[in-house]
Amino acid sequence: MLILCPNCGDRDLSEFSYVGDATVQRPNPPEARPEDWQSFVYHRQNPRGPHRELWQHNGGCRLILEVTRNTLTHEIVGTKVAGPQRAGSGT
Amino acid sequence: MSGFRLKTGGLIDRSQTRTFTFDSKKMSGFAGDTLASALLANGQSLFGRSFKYHRPRGLMSVGSEEPNALVTLARDGVQEPNARATMVEIFDGLKATSQNRWPSLSFDLLSANQLAGPMLQAGFYYKTFMGPTRKAWRFYEPLIRRAAGLGKAAQKPDPDRYEKINSFADILIVGGGIAGLTAALKAAEKNARVVLVDEHAEFGGYHRGDPREADTIADLLVRLKSLDNVSMLPRTTCFGQYDGGTYGLVERVSGHNREAMQFAPCERYHVLRARHAIYATGAIERPLVFPGNDRPGVMLADAVRAYALRYGVSAGRDVVLFTSHDGAYKQLSTLQDMGVPIRAIVDTRTAISDIAMAQVAATGLQLITGHTVTQIHGHHRIKRISIAPFDPYTSAVNGKERAFECDCLGISGGWTPSIHLTSQMGGAPEWDETLHTVLPGASNGSWSVCGSVAGYFDREDSVQSAEQTAEQVLRKLSLSRARKALAQPERKDVLNVGPVWSIKGAVGNAFVDFQHDVTADDILLAHQEGFLSVEHLKRYTTLGMGTDQGKLSNINGLALMAEARGLEIPKVGTTRFRPPYTPVSFGSLVADARGSHWRPTRRTALHSWHLDAGAEMIDAGLWKRPRVYKRGDEDLEQAYIREARTTRQSVGIVDVSTLGKIAVQGPDAAGFLDQVYSNAFAKLAVGKARYGLMLREDGIVYDDGTAWRLSETEFLVTTTTAQAAAVLEHLELYLAVHWPDLKVHVTSVTDQWAGASVAGPKARAMLSSAMPSIDFDNDAFPFMAIRHGKTAQGIPVMLCRLSFSGELAYEVFTPSRYGLAVWEELQAAGKPMDLVTYGMEALGTLRIEKGHVVSSELNGLTTAEMVGLGGMASQKKPYIGSGMTDRTAFQDERRHQLVGLVSKSDASVLTGSHLVRSPVLTTPCLSLGHVTSATYSPAREKYVALALLEKGRDLIGRELYATFPLKGHHVAVEVVDPCFFDKDGERMHG
Repeated sequence: MLILCPNCGDRDLSEFSYVGDATVQRPNPPEARPEDWQSFVYHRQNPRGPHRELWQHNGGCRLILEVTRNTLTHEIVGTKVAGPQRAGSGT
Repeated sequence: MSGFRLKTGGLIDRSQTRTFTFDSKKMSGFAGDTLASALLANGQSLFGRSFKYHRPRGLMSVGSEEPNALVTLARDGVQEPNARATMVEIFDGLKATSQNRWPSLSFDLLSANQLAGPMLQAGFYYKTFMGPTRKAWRFYEPLIRRAAGLGKAAQKPDPDRYEKINSFADILIVGGGIAGLTAALKAAEKNARVVLVDEHAEFGGYHRGDPREADTIADLLVRLKSLDNVSMLPRTTCFGQYDGGTYGLVERVSGHNREAMQFAPCERYHVLRARHAIYATGAIERPLVFPGNDRPGVMLADAVRAYALRYGVSAGRDVVLFTSHDGAYKQLSTLQDMGVPIRAIVDTRTAISDIAMAQVAATGLQLITGHTVTQIHGHHRIKRISIAPFDPYTSAVNGKERAFECDCLGISGGWTPSIHLTSQMGGAPEWDETLHTVLPGASNGSWSVCGSVAGYFDREDSVQSAEQTAEQVLRKLSLSRARKALAQPERKDVLNVGPVWSIKGAVGNAFVDFQHDVTADDILLAHQEGFLSVEHLKRYTTLGMGTDQGKLSNINGLALMAEARGLEIPKVGTTRFRPPYTPVSFGSLVADARGSHWRPTRRTALHSWHLDAGAEMIDAGLWKRPRVYKRGDEDLEQAYIREARTTRQSVGIVDVSTLGKIAVQGPDAAGFLDQVYSNAFAKLAVGKARYGLMLREDGIVYDDGTAWRLSETEFLVTTTTAQAAAVLEHLELYLAVHWPDLKVHVTSVTDQWAGASVAGPKARAMLSSAMPSIDFDNDAFPFMAIRHGKTAQGIPVMLCRLSFSGELAYEVFTPSRYGLAVWEELQAAGKPMDLVTYGMEALGTLRIEKGHVVSSELNGLTTAEMVGLGGMASQKKPYIGSGMTDRTAFQDERRHQLVGLVSKSDASVLTGSHLVRSPVLTTPCLSLGHVTSATYSPAREKYVALALLEKGRDLIGRELYATFPLKGHHVAVEVVDPCFFDKDGERMHG
């Protein structure tokens, strides 16, 4: 299986590792309530179909990327640099 | 069966004799023979014993679907069990032995199991031996395991070499029959990069050896070989299709050829990435299910044909065919011309097609329609068979039995397309009511099928389907601009199968799965006991779970269940196939990744010095680290005690290059670390270091280490050796995803720095002499301060006054390339001061004496409070994990706390012991906690340990027992403070 790394192009799955769920948002400490932390740490959706995941190209350029993957077919629908896109980041 | 070599025919080279042994008996065959064909030509009828009943079994097939003829191949002291004799090419010196029999193949004592046959039905072992206590099972299990089984696994390492390669193609074509060759040529002529694989030694598929097709096959092969964009891989099995167009192929490179083996790998595992796959995998003949259908001499009808055409071997001297469709008639005259003595053909149908009738007429064979075989007579070989009139509409015997002489019975109940690969990616097979067989069903777009796997059993239709499929795939891959697609041919019912799933009124064991001894009655029993779903049926009876994965049995089993439930076959459902198609050796999957090549080995810059100094090395993750440096005839304990004691008395040095080191750089570096660590970092002064604790988001301790502030915008963070890679990923994740606005960059610099820790009362004197340019005075170089300087010889070093041993200590870092030079300078400077070099064991002793925690205590369950580091959790700022540190569960007073233990006797405390109140070893007893680290303490002159103990701090001063029931170790201990030595830190700060 190949994953498209925005830096390196199509690379083998074995160069990447899964590092988390891209759909959860880390609470902002000053306002966050205990329930928000509990939800961030423990609660995950388990969707059937497209799902956004964080992967890291740690066998390559070390970029953390957001991978949209269909959990039913394992098809990778798209990849992009993880996190908010910064202007002029070029990737 | 008494097979023999025909005078002519076959693809074998009769001028090249090959000698081999089977069960130590010397035999010979010809180049091009398989072990199966050579044994058959030698008159061998008995090939193996069955899994459960130890019934004598003969050869069933000519291909990889073979369930019975499994042998063990022995070579150079190693053995390969469960090789299918049908797939083993013979060579001079091949040694094969039969399996699952004792003492010999023809006289197997365990065949007494057959007498108990009615008892040993599905679920027998579980029903009989698994009582409520399981005591009976524990007693009988070893006996049962010995009696049931296949070949024995090799006990020695495999000396063969295996290889793994990555390869790429536009189109992978699996199956090199006429359909596969046609599709390959069509695709290759349009410049597609084609990989064509076939599991057999030669291409040609079903028609291999057929003189009428020899020219066609030869012509296709010549044209394919002339194109350099085609890779043709014979002896190569595509065993699986995986996500994203990845295919697993295993090529048998030299296992069949002893000379080549010196230079070539035994097998080559190809990880192939292809844009599209065309499966031209053909079909496998289906046995008929009737009493005695497993006796040696009963063989698939097509195998009778193929042994004659490919190997010039007649399967018997008196052959009868038993079928329920027209396919078995196709080559009657060819076989007769070759000299295969066919006597008669028994057909369950009352009427057969005109074409089949014409074949019978041309050969003058006896045709017995509307009859079934009801019994096989003979034990190790067929002596005669019983046949009786049969009503195909009720599937019942409806007349009197009569005997019929023969020694070989070729059976055929139809053909099953080899849909294994198509169903691996989730393609649901479909039942075809006209062809009475399964078809691949809809593709997910990654594969296409052509030829008989697609249901084209007519030769011309098959070729047309191959051309059409290739064209369609080329258009999909934009390799062809043909506007108009060729039409797929209509599927014609050329076999006219009259489906027969069971023979009612015939008595005896009728086998469905030959390898796992599953009979038609077992399936009825499963139905009776409520195992109705196909998946339950399979697991309850073990149908299709042998090494052949039910290639011959699945459809028959399915149909019998449908019959029992009174449903149509599609209503019962089909099981899907998983990889691998045929067994794959571990050797080929592992390839070169064995021994020290399994994973990288990391060595510090000082590695060779340690070896020269006589260090005993130990693995620490990927690193090799010195464990102890034994002197004279010291044992491990004596050595580490000496090393630790000398360090506390004078000075010791240890290689700490393996510590994880991360450069954290950028204007926001201090703010970043302030959120990463649970204790404060924002105000750490330049030129100072601080011990830091990292938590996970759930409030559990993640790692500990130090951070050195090298400048306003630059830190050097150290991590434990084990967590170095994980901590880097952790930091990268926060910077990329959670705090993208922070201007910080993190880089691993573990390999860039070599490090030594110098500790002990004489450390200051020693370093002052090694680095005269640095002022080591207590005020000039205080605790936790960082200094840059040079050694006496001018090598740049960076020092930090840090201690994990509780002694006056300094960490000396230098660029890795200078590591050895600096280390040697330090060794020379330490010589007059009785310097000792110590290893991991003494390192552990020193840190345990000080009650410092490492991964044994930071085990993924402990909070900072539990390990006595509660003070390091800041109340003033948010940090990773702060959101969850106050949760109720963490306040539970029963949570374990870190304590020290001192043995009350001369006995050591074992790591992993449980702490109990009982003075004598009894099980079960309540565990109050467990020992995490243990050592002999030269400072206390006692065996001591660290432990996690329920309400531990309240129990200080109490006596408990550290118990290790598996080793019978039970020792009285006193609970003490986890810091055993110099609690006020006077030595470290002095």
